[in-house]
Amino acid sequence: MSWFLKFLTSSIGQKLIMSLTGLFLITFLVVHLAGNLQLLANDQGESFNTYAYFMTNNPFIKTTSYGLYFFILLHTIQGIALAIKNRGAKGSKYAVSSNAKTSSSGTKMALLGTLILAFLCIHMGDFWFKMKFTDTLAMVSYDGVDMQVKDLYSRVSLAFSNPILVVVYVIGQIVLAMHLWHGFQSAFQTLGLNHRKYTPAIHFLGKAYAILIPLGFVIIPLAHFFSK
Amino acid sequence: MKLTLKVWRQNGANEPGRFETHQVEADEHMSFLEMMDVLNEGLLAEKKTPIAFEHDCREGICGSCNMVINGRPHGPNSGTTTCQLHMRYFKDGETITIEPWRAKSFPIIKDLVVDRTSFDRIIQAGGYISVNTGQAQDGNSIAIEKDLAGQAFDAATCIGCGACVAACPNGSAMLFTAAKIAHLGLLPQGEVEHKTRVQSMVNQMDEEGFGACSNTAACEADCPKEISITNIAMMNRAYMGSVLGSQK
Repeated sequence: MSWFLKFLTSSIGQKLIMSLTGLFLITFLVVHLAGNLQLLANDQGESFNTYAYFMTNNPFIKTTSYGLYFFILLHTIQGIALAIKNRGAKGSKYAVSSNAKTSSSGTKMALLGTLILAFLCIHMGDFWFKMKFTDTLAMVSYDGVDMQVKDLYSRVSLAFSNPILVVVYVIGQIVLAMHLWHGFQSAFQTLGLNHRKYTPAIHFLGKAYAILIPLGFVIIPLAHFFSK
Repeated sequence: MKLTLKVWRQNGANEPGRFETHQVEADEHMSFLEMMDVLNEGLLAEKKTPIAFEHDCREGICGSCNMVINGRPHGPNSGTTTCQLHMRYFKDGETITIEPWRAKSFPIIKDLVVDRTSFDRIIQAGGYISVNTGQAQDGNSIAIEKDLAGQAFDAATCIGCGACVAACPNGSAMLFTAAKIAHLGLLPQGEVEHKTRVQSMVNQMDEEGFGACSNTAACEADCPKEISITNIAMMNRAYMGSVLGSQK
Protein backbone atom coordinates (compact mmCIF):
# COMPACT_ATOMS: atom_id res chain seq x y z
CA MET A 1 0.00 0.00 0.00
CA SER A 2 2.98 2.33 0.19
CA TRP A 3 2.41 3.48 -3.41
CA PHE A 4 -1.12 4.51 -2.48
CA LEU A 5 0.03 6.47 0.57
CA LYS A 6 2.68 8.14 -1.56
CA PHE A 7 -0.05 9.04 -4.08
CA LEU A 8 -2.31 10.57 -1.42
CA THR A 9 0.53 12.58 0.11
CA SER A 10 1.83 13.89 -3.24
CA SER A 11 0.91 17.47 -4.10
CA ILE A 12 -1.69 16.27 -6.61
CA GLY A 13 -2.98 13.58 -4.21
CA GLN A 14 -3.47 16.12 -1.42
CA LYS A 15 -5.38 18.36 -3.81
CA LEU A 16 -7.45 15.36 -4.88
CA ILE A 17 -8.51 14.89 -1.25
CA MET A 18 -9.49 18.58 -1.05
CA SER A 19 -11.43 18.29 -4.29
CA LEU A 20 -13.38 15.12 -3.49
CA THR A 21 -14.24 16.08 0.09
CA GLY A 22 -15.16 19.57 -1.15
CA LEU A 23 -17.53 18.15 -3.76
CA PHE A 24 -19.11 15.93 -1.11
CA LEU A 25 -19.68 18.97 1.13
CA ILE A 26 -21.08 20.90 -1.85
CA THR A 27 -23.62 18.09 -2.37
CA PHE A 28 -24.41 18.08 1.34
CA LEU A 29 -25.22 21.81 1.28
CA VAL A 30 -28.03 21.23 -1.24
CA VAL A 31 -29.61 18.53 0.94
CA HIS A 32 -29.13 20.64 4.07
CA LEU A 33 -30.76 23.68 2.46
CA ALA A 34 -33.65 21.68 1.00
CA GLY A 35 -34.45 20.28 4.47
CA ASN A 36 -33.96 23.54 6.32
CA LEU A 37 -36.19 25.57 4.02
CA GLN A 38 -39.01 23.78 5.92
CA LEU A 39 -38.20 26.24 8.71
CA LEU A 40 -40.01 28.79 6.56
CA ALA A 41 -43.22 26.69 6.51
CA ASN A 42 -46.04 28.28 8.46
CA ASP A 43 -47.06 25.15 10.42
CA GLN A 44 -45.61 25.73 13.92
CA GLY A 45 -42.66 23.57 13.00
CA GLU A 46 -44.50 20.32 12.26
CA SER A 47 -42.82 19.57 8.94
CA PHE A 48 -39.37 20.67 10.18
CA ASN A 49 -39.54 18.80 13.50
CA THR A 50 -40.72 15.54 11.93
CA TYR A 51 -37.98 15.98 9.29
CA ALA A 52 -35.39 16.55 12.04
CA TYR A 53 -36.61 13.40 13.79
CA PHE A 54 -36.23 11.43 10.57
CA MET A 55 -32.74 12.83 9.98
CA THR A 56 -31.52 11.87 13.46
CA ASN A 57 -33.09 8.40 13.53
CA ASN A 58 -32.93 6.96 10.04
CA PRO A 59 -30.01 4.46 10.00
CA PHE A 60 -28.96 5.39 6.44
CA ILE A 61 -28.87 9.12 7.23
CA LYS A 62 -27.04 8.42 10.50
CA THR A 63 -24.33 6.44 8.70
CA THR A 64 -23.99 9.17 6.06
CA SER A 65 -23.73 11.80 8.79
CA TYR A 66 -20.65 10.04 10.24
CA GLY A 67 -19.16 10.24 6.77
CA LEU A 68 -20.02 13.94 6.70
CA TYR A 69 -18.26 14.63 10.03
CA PHE A 70 -15.25 12.68 8.79
CA PHE A 71 -15.11 14.57 5.48
CA ILE A 72 -15.44 17.95 7.22
CA LEU A 73 -12.49 17.00 9.45
CA LEU A 74 -10.48 15.62 6.52
CA HIS A 75 -11.13 18.75 4.41
CA THR A 76 -10.08 20.92 7.36
CA ILE A 77 -6.94 19.00 8.33
CA GLN A 78 -5.76 18.52 4.75
CA GLY A 79 -6.52 22.18 4.00
CA ILE A 80 -4.48 23.39 6.96
CA ALA A 81 -1.62 21.02 6.04
CA LEU A 82 -1.60 22.35 2.47
CA ALA A 83 -1.73 25.97 3.61
CA ILE A 84 1.30 25.43 5.86
CA LYS A 85 3.21 23.57 3.13
CA ASN A 86 2.39 26.24 0.52
CA ARG A 87 3.38 29.09 2.79
CA GLY A 88 6.69 27.36 3.41
CA ALA A 89 7.23 26.81 -0.32
CA LYS A 90 6.77 30.51 -1.02
CA GLY A 91 9.22 31.55 1.66
CA SER A 92 9.30 35.33 1.61
CA LYS A 93 6.71 37.70 0.21
CA TYR A 94 7.07 40.48 -2.36
CA ALA A 95 7.34 44.07 -1.19
CA VAL A 96 4.90 45.14 -3.89
CA SER A 97 1.89 42.87 -4.24
CA SER A 98 0.77 41.85 -7.68
CA ASN A 99 -2.45 43.15 -9.18
CA ALA A 100 -2.64 40.51 -11.90
CA LYS A 101 -6.00 39.14 -12.89
CA THR A 102 -6.07 36.30 -10.40
CA SER A 103 -8.80 34.84 -8.28
CA SER A 104 -8.92 36.96 -5.12
CA SER A 105 -10.88 34.45 -3.06
CA GLY A 106 -8.62 31.69 -4.40
CA THR A 107 -5.65 33.08 -2.51
CA LYS A 108 -7.64 33.28 0.73
CA MET A 109 -9.20 29.81 0.83
CA ALA A 110 -7.45 28.79 4.05
CA LEU A 111 -8.56 31.95 5.86
CA LEU A 112 -12.12 31.64 4.54
CA GLY A 113 -12.15 27.95 5.46
CA THR A 114 -11.02 28.70 9.01
CA LEU A 115 -13.80 31.27 9.37
CA ILE A 116 -16.31 28.72 8.09
CA LEU A 117 -15.01 26.21 10.68
CA ALA A 118 -15.53 28.81 13.43
CA PHE A 119 -19.04 29.41 12.11
CA LEU A 120 -19.69 25.65 12.06
CA CYS A 121 -18.70 25.40 15.73
CA ILE A 122 -21.19 28.12 16.67
CA HIS A 123 -23.85 26.62 14.39
CA MET A 124 -23.49 23.02 15.58
CA GLY A 125 -23.12 24.04 19.22
CA ASP A 126 -26.39 25.90 19.00
CA PHE A 127 -28.55 23.26 17.34
CA TRP A 128 -26.88 19.91 16.67
CA PHE A 129 -25.29 19.63 20.11
CA LYS A 130 -28.41 20.79 21.97
CA MET A 131 -30.58 18.41 19.94
CA LYS A 132 -28.37 15.35 20.36
CA PHE A 133 -26.70 15.67 23.73
CA THR A 134 -28.97 17.77 25.98
CA ASP A 135 -32.53 17.66 27.19
CA THR A 136 -33.07 21.38 26.77
CA LEU A 137 -35.46 20.87 23.84
CA ALA A 138 -39.18 20.50 24.59
CA MET A 139 -41.11 17.50 23.26
CA VAL A 140 -44.06 18.09 20.96
CA SER A 141 -46.56 15.83 19.23
CA TYR A 142 -48.59 16.39 16.10
CA ASP A 143 -51.87 15.02 14.77
CA GLY A 144 -51.37 11.87 12.76
CA VAL A 145 -47.90 11.25 14.22
CA ASP A 146 -48.06 8.69 17.04
CA MET A 147 -44.96 9.81 18.93
CA GLN A 148 -43.34 12.83 20.46
CA VAL A 149 -40.52 14.63 18.64
CA LYS A 150 -38.02 17.21 19.86
CA ASP A 151 -39.08 20.79 19.16
CA LEU A 152 -35.97 21.96 17.32
CA TYR A 153 -38.08 24.46 15.39
CA SER A 154 -38.77 26.55 18.52
CA ARG A 155 -35.10 26.40 19.48
CA VAL A 156 -34.13 27.73 16.01
CA SER A 157 -36.80 30.38 16.12
CA LEU A 158 -35.67 31.49 19.57
CA ALA A 159 -32.02 31.60 18.52
CA PHE A 160 -32.83 33.78 15.52
CA SER A 161 -34.58 36.36 17.67
CA ASN A 162 -31.07 37.33 18.80
CA PRO A 163 -29.80 40.04 16.42
CA ILE A 164 -26.13 39.23 17.17
CA LEU A 165 -26.61 35.63 16.10
CA VAL A 166 -28.45 36.74 12.95
CA VAL A 167 -25.49 38.96 12.05
CA VAL A 168 -23.10 36.03 12.70
CA TYR A 169 -25.16 33.90 10.31
CA VAL A 170 -25.21 36.58 7.60
CA ILE A 171 -21.42 36.98 7.84
CA GLY A 172 -21.01 33.19 7.91
CA GLN A 173 -22.94 32.84 4.68
CA ILE A 174 -20.98 35.64 2.94
CA VAL A 175 -17.76 33.84 3.87
CA LEU A 176 -19.22 30.56 2.61
CA ALA A 177 -20.19 32.24 -0.67
CA MET A 178 -16.62 33.50 -1.16
CA HIS A 179 -15.21 30.05 -0.39
CA LEU A 180 -17.56 28.41 -2.89
CA TRP A 181 -16.92 31.10 -5.54
CA HIS A 182 -13.42 29.67 -5.97
CA GLY A 183 -13.89 26.19 -4.53
CA PHE A 184 -16.60 24.89 -6.85
CA GLN A 185 -14.72 25.33 -10.12
CA SER A 186 -11.38 24.64 -8.47
CA ALA A 187 -12.55 21.14 -7.48
CA PHE A 188 -13.17 20.30 -11.13
CA GLN A 189 -9.83 21.73 -12.29
CA THR A 190 -8.02 19.62 -9.67
CA LEU A 191 -9.78 16.49 -10.92
CA GLY A 192 -8.42 17.34 -14.35
CA LEU A 193 -11.87 18.17 -15.68
CA ASN A 194 -10.97 21.16 -17.81
CA HIS A 195 -12.61 21.14 -21.20
CA ARG A 196 -13.16 23.84 -23.78
CA LYS A 197 -16.86 22.96 -24.04
CA TYR A 198 -17.77 22.23 -20.41
CA THR A 199 -15.51 24.45 -18.30
CA PRO A 200 -17.45 27.69 -19.02
CA ALA A 201 -20.60 25.90 -17.87
CA ILE A 202 -18.85 24.66 -14.70
CA HIS A 203 -17.66 28.20 -13.96
CA PHE A 204 -21.19 29.60 -14.45
CA LEU A 205 -22.77 26.86 -12.36
CA GLY A 206 -20.18 27.39 -9.61
CA LYS A 207 -20.82 31.10 -9.39
CA ALA A 208 -24.60 30.63 -9.45
CA TYR A 209 -24.26 27.98 -6.73
CA ALA A 210 -21.98 30.20 -4.63
CA ILE A 211 -24.64 32.92 -4.66
CA LEU A 212 -27.89 30.94 -4.48
CA ILE A 213 -27.07 28.38 -1.75
CA PRO A 214 -25.79 30.91 0.86
CA LEU A 215 -28.66 33.21 -0.11
CA GLY A 216 -31.12 30.39 0.57
CA PHE A 217 -29.53 29.76 3.97
CA VAL A 218 -29.46 33.41 4.95
CA ILE A 219 -33.19 33.84 4.28
CA ILE A 220 -33.97 31.51 7.23
CA PRO A 221 -32.51 33.59 10.12
CA LEU A 222 -33.66 36.83 8.47
CA ALA A 223 -37.22 35.54 8.02
CA HIS A 224 -37.39 34.38 11.64
CA PHE A 225 -35.91 37.60 12.95
CA PHE A 226 -38.18 39.93 11.01
CA SER A 227 -41.36 37.88 11.46
CA LYS A 228 -41.29 38.62 15.21
CA MET B 1 13.09 60.02 -18.57
CA LYS B 2 14.16 60.07 -14.94
CA LEU B 3 13.36 57.01 -12.86
CA THR B 4 13.78 55.98 -9.24
CA LEU B 5 14.62 52.30 -8.85
CA LYS B 6 14.18 50.33 -5.66
CA VAL B 7 16.30 47.25 -6.30
CA TRP B 8 16.71 44.17 -4.12
CA ARG B 9 20.34 43.54 -3.11
CA GLN B 10 21.39 40.29 -1.48
CA ASN B 11 24.78 38.60 -1.39
CA GLY B 12 23.59 34.99 -1.10
CA ALA B 13 20.77 32.66 -0.07
CA ASN B 14 21.58 32.89 3.62
CA GLU B 15 22.52 36.57 3.70
CA PRO B 16 20.01 39.23 4.68
CA GLY B 17 18.59 41.20 1.75
CA ARG B 18 17.61 44.85 1.48
CA PHE B 19 16.28 47.40 -1.00
CA GLU B 20 18.68 49.93 -2.48
CA THR B 21 17.42 53.10 -4.13
CA HIS B 22 19.03 54.45 -7.32
CA GLN B 23 18.25 57.21 -9.79
CA VAL B 24 18.63 56.45 -13.46
CA GLU B 25 18.28 58.49 -16.63
CA ALA B 26 16.71 56.28 -19.31
CA ASP B 27 15.35 56.61 -22.80
CA GLU B 28 11.82 55.43 -23.56
CA HIS B 29 13.12 53.38 -26.52
CA MET B 30 15.35 51.31 -24.26
CA SER B 31 14.39 47.83 -23.18
CA PHE B 32 14.17 47.25 -19.45
CA LEU B 33 17.49 45.38 -19.51
CA GLU B 34 19.21 48.24 -21.36
CA MET B 35 17.98 50.56 -18.65
CA MET B 36 19.53 48.16 -16.09
CA ASP B 37 22.78 48.23 -18.10
CA VAL B 38 22.83 52.03 -17.91
CA LEU B 39 22.33 51.81 -14.16
CA ASN B 40 25.15 49.26 -13.79
CA GLU B 41 27.57 51.35 -15.90
CA GLY B 42 26.85 54.25 -13.60
CA LEU B 43 27.54 52.04 -10.57
CA LEU B 44 30.81 50.80 -12.09
CA ALA B 45 31.91 54.38 -12.81
CA GLU B 46 31.35 55.12 -9.13
CA LYS B 47 33.37 51.95 -8.26
CA LYS B 48 30.30 50.30 -6.74
CA THR B 49 29.22 46.69 -7.24
CA PRO B 50 26.82 46.43 -10.18
CA ILE B 51 23.44 44.80 -9.69
CA ALA B 52 23.56 41.12 -10.61
CA PHE B 53 20.81 40.07 -13.00
CA GLU B 54 20.55 37.21 -15.47
CA HIS B 55 20.25 37.80 -19.20
CA ASP B 56 21.22 36.00 -22.38
CA CYS B 57 19.29 36.16 -25.66
CA ARG B 58 17.45 39.43 -25.07
CA GLU B 59 14.77 38.34 -27.53
CA GLY B 60 12.33 36.49 -25.27
CA ILE B 61 13.35 32.87 -25.79
CA CYS B 62 16.04 31.96 -23.25
CA GLY B 63 14.04 32.56 -20.07
CA SER B 64 16.83 34.08 -18.02
CA CYS B 65 15.93 37.78 -17.66
CA ASN B 66 13.95 37.11 -14.51
CA MET B 67 12.85 39.95 -12.27
CA VAL B 68 9.65 40.92 -10.51
CA ILE B 69 8.82 44.45 -11.60
CA ASN B 70 6.29 46.31 -9.45
CA GLY B 71 4.97 43.03 -8.07
CA ARG B 72 4.65 41.24 -11.41
CA PRO B 73 7.09 38.71 -12.89
CA HIS B 74 8.43 40.14 -16.18
CA GLY B 75 6.62 43.42 -15.54
CA PRO B 76 3.19 44.85 -16.23
CA ASN B 77 2.67 43.67 -19.82
CA SER B 78 1.22 40.24 -20.44
CA GLY B 79 2.93 37.83 -22.80
CA THR B 80 6.36 39.49 -22.63
CA THR B 81 9.66 38.77 -20.95
CA THR B 82 11.61 41.51 -19.16
CA CYS B 83 13.94 41.93 -22.16
CA GLN B 84 10.91 42.58 -24.40
CA LEU B 85 9.53 45.19 -22.03
CA HIS B 86 10.25 48.73 -23.14
CA MET B 87 10.64 51.82 -21.03
CA ARG B 88 7.80 53.60 -22.87
CA TYR B 89 5.42 51.61 -20.67
CA PHE B 90 6.68 53.56 -17.65
CA LYS B 91 6.09 57.20 -16.78
CA ASP B 92 8.77 59.86 -16.32
CA GLY B 93 9.52 60.23 -12.62
CA GLU B 94 8.06 56.83 -11.74
CA THR B 95 9.41 54.66 -8.91
CA ILE B 96 9.95 51.07 -10.01
CA THR B 97 10.42 48.25 -7.50
CA ILE B 98 12.56 45.36 -8.75
CA GLU B 99 12.72 42.08 -6.83
CA PRO B 100 14.03 38.58 -7.55
CA TRP B 101 11.80 35.52 -8.03
CA ARG B 102 10.67 34.57 -4.54
CA ALA B 103 10.22 30.86 -3.83
CA LYS B 104 11.94 28.50 -1.42
CA SER B 105 13.01 26.21 -4.26
CA PHE B 106 14.65 29.17 -6.08
CA PRO B 107 17.31 30.28 -3.57
CA ILE B 108 18.89 33.65 -4.31
CA ILE B 109 22.45 33.49 -5.65
CA LYS B 110 23.00 37.24 -5.77
CA ASP B 111 20.70 40.28 -6.03
CA LEU B 112 18.18 39.38 -8.76
CA VAL B 113 19.76 36.07 -9.78
CA VAL B 114 18.13 32.93 -8.41
CA ASP B 115 19.17 29.30 -8.62
CA ARG B 116 16.72 27.47 -10.90
CA THR B 117 18.51 24.12 -11.03
CA SER B 118 15.42 22.61 -9.37
CA PHE B 119 13.79 22.98 -12.81
CA ASP B 120 16.74 21.16 -14.40
CA ARG B 121 16.27 18.28 -11.97
CA ILE B 122 12.55 18.06 -12.86
CA ILE B 123 13.57 17.78 -16.53
CA GLN B 124 16.27 15.24 -15.68
CA ALA B 125 13.64 13.12 -13.93
CA GLY B 126 11.79 12.46 -17.18
CA GLY B 127 11.50 15.50 -19.43
CA TYR B 128 13.06 13.78 -22.42
CA ILE B 129 12.45 11.05 -24.98
CA SER B 130 14.85 8.12 -24.64
CA VAL B 131 14.09 6.66 -28.07
CA ASN B 132 16.91 7.25 -30.52
CA THR B 133 15.19 8.99 -33.41
CA GLY B 134 18.16 8.97 -35.76
CA GLN B 135 18.06 11.38 -38.67
CA ALA B 136 15.25 13.93 -38.83
CA GLN B 137 12.32 12.31 -40.58
CA ASP B 138 10.25 13.75 -43.37
CA GLY B 139 7.65 16.06 -41.83
CA ASN B 140 4.81 14.14 -43.45
CA SER B 141 5.90 10.66 -42.42
CA ILE B 142 4.14 10.78 -39.04
CA ALA B 143 0.54 11.93 -39.25
CA ILE B 144 -0.38 14.23 -36.33
CA GLU B 145 -3.72 15.94 -36.03
CA LYS B 146 -3.38 19.71 -36.49
CA ASP B 147 -5.12 20.59 -33.18
CA LEU B 148 -2.93 18.17 -31.25
CA ALA B 149 0.22 19.54 -32.85
CA GLY B 150 -0.97 23.04 -31.94
CA GLN B 151 -1.64 22.06 -28.34
CA ALA B 152 1.78 20.41 -28.02
CA PHE B 153 3.44 23.44 -29.58
CA ASP B 154 1.64 25.86 -27.23
CA ALA B 155 2.99 23.87 -24.27
CA ALA B 156 6.44 23.67 -25.89
CA THR B 157 6.72 27.47 -25.98
CA CYS B 158 7.57 27.28 -22.23
CA ILE B 159 11.02 28.79 -21.82
CA GLY B 160 11.44 27.52 -18.25
CA CYS B 161 11.94 31.02 -16.84
CA GLY B 162 10.08 30.24 -13.61
CA ALA B 163 7.64 33.18 -13.75
CA CYS B 164 4.88 30.70 -12.88
CA VAL B 165 6.62 29.82 -9.61
CA ALA B 166 7.37 33.49 -8.96
CA ALA B 167 3.74 34.51 -9.53
CA CYS B 168 2.20 31.63 -7.57
CA PRO B 169 1.29 32.49 -3.96
CA ASN B 170 2.22 28.88 -3.14
CA GLY B 171 5.51 28.82 -5.05
CA SER B 172 4.14 25.93 -7.10
CA ALA B 173 5.90 24.65 -10.22
CA MET B 174 2.85 22.91 -11.64
CA LEU B 175 2.50 25.07 -14.75
CA PHE B 176 6.14 24.46 -15.75
CA THR B 177 5.96 20.71 -15.06
CA ALA B 178 2.56 20.41 -16.76
CA ALA B 179 3.76 22.27 -19.86
CA LYS B 180 6.76 19.96 -20.23
CA ILE B 181 4.62 16.84 -19.68
CA ALA B 182 2.06 18.07 -22.23
CA HIS B 183 4.52 19.03 -24.94
CA LEU B 184 6.23 15.65 -24.80
CA GLY B 185 3.22 13.47 -24.08
CA LEU B 186 0.90 14.81 -26.77
CA LEU B 187 3.15 13.80 -29.66
CA PRO B 188 3.67 10.16 -30.77
CA GLN B 189 7.40 10.02 -30.01
CA GLY B 190 6.86 11.16 -26.42
CA GLU B 191 3.60 9.35 -25.77
CA VAL B 192 5.40 6.01 -25.35
CA GLU B 193 6.94 7.10 -22.02
CA HIS B 194 4.09 9.42 -21.01
CA LYS B 195 2.80 7.42 -18.03
CA THR B 196 6.16 6.84 -16.39
CA ARG B 197 7.28 10.40 -17.23
CA VAL B 198 4.27 11.95 -15.47
CA GLN B 199 5.01 10.06 -12.25
CA SER B 200 8.72 10.72 -12.18
CA MET B 201 8.44 14.42 -13.01
CA VAL B 202 5.65 15.05 -10.46
CA ASN B 203 7.62 13.14 -7.80
CA GLN B 204 10.71 15.24 -8.51
CA MET B 205 8.64 18.44 -8.44
CA ASP B 206 7.39 17.47 -4.96
CA GLU B 207 10.88 16.51 -3.82
CA GLU B 208 12.19 19.94 -4.79
CA GLY B 209 9.77 21.45 -2.26
CA PHE B 210 7.51 23.40 -4.61
CA GLY B 211 4.02 24.15 -3.27
CA ALA B 212 0.71 22.66 -4.39
CA CYS B 213 -1.66 24.29 -6.88
CA SER B 214 -4.59 26.36 -5.55
CA ASN B 215 -5.97 27.00 -9.06
CA THR B 216 -5.67 30.77 -8.68
CA ALA B 217 -4.31 31.00 -12.26
CA ALA B 218 -1.74 33.62 -11.20
CA CYS B 219 0.85 31.63 -13.19
CA GLU B 220 -1.17 31.80 -16.39
CA ALA B 221 -1.63 35.57 -15.99
CA ASP B 222 2.11 36.22 -15.65
CA CYS B 223 3.53 33.55 -17.98
CA PRO B 224 5.45 35.37 -20.73
CA LYS B 225 4.39 32.61 -23.14
CA GLU B 226 0.77 32.65 -21.91
CA ILE B 227 0.68 28.92 -21.21
CA SER B 228 -2.77 27.83 -20.07
CA ILE B 229 -3.63 26.08 -16.81
CA THR B 230 -5.55 23.51 -18.89
CA ASN B 231 -2.11 21.87 -19.00
CA ILE B 232 -2.25 21.50 -15.21
CA ALA B 233 -5.65 19.79 -15.47
CA MET B 234 -4.15 17.50 -18.09
CA MET B 235 -1.21 16.70 -15.80
CA ASN B 236 -3.51 15.99 -12.82
CA ARG B 237 -5.57 13.63 -14.99
CA ALA B 238 -2.47 11.91 -16.34
CA TYR B 239 -0.88 11.57 -12.89
CA MET B 240 -3.99 10.07 -11.31
CA GLY B 241 -4.49 7.80 -14.31
CA SER B 242 -0.88 6.71 -14.25
CA VAL B 243 -0.64 6.00 -10.51
CA LEU B 244 -4.04 4.32 -10.21
CA GLY B 245 -4.29 2.71 -13.62
CA SER B 246 -0.86 1.59 -14.75
CA GLN B 247 1.28 -1.34 -13.55
CA LYS B 248 4.05 1.03 -12.39
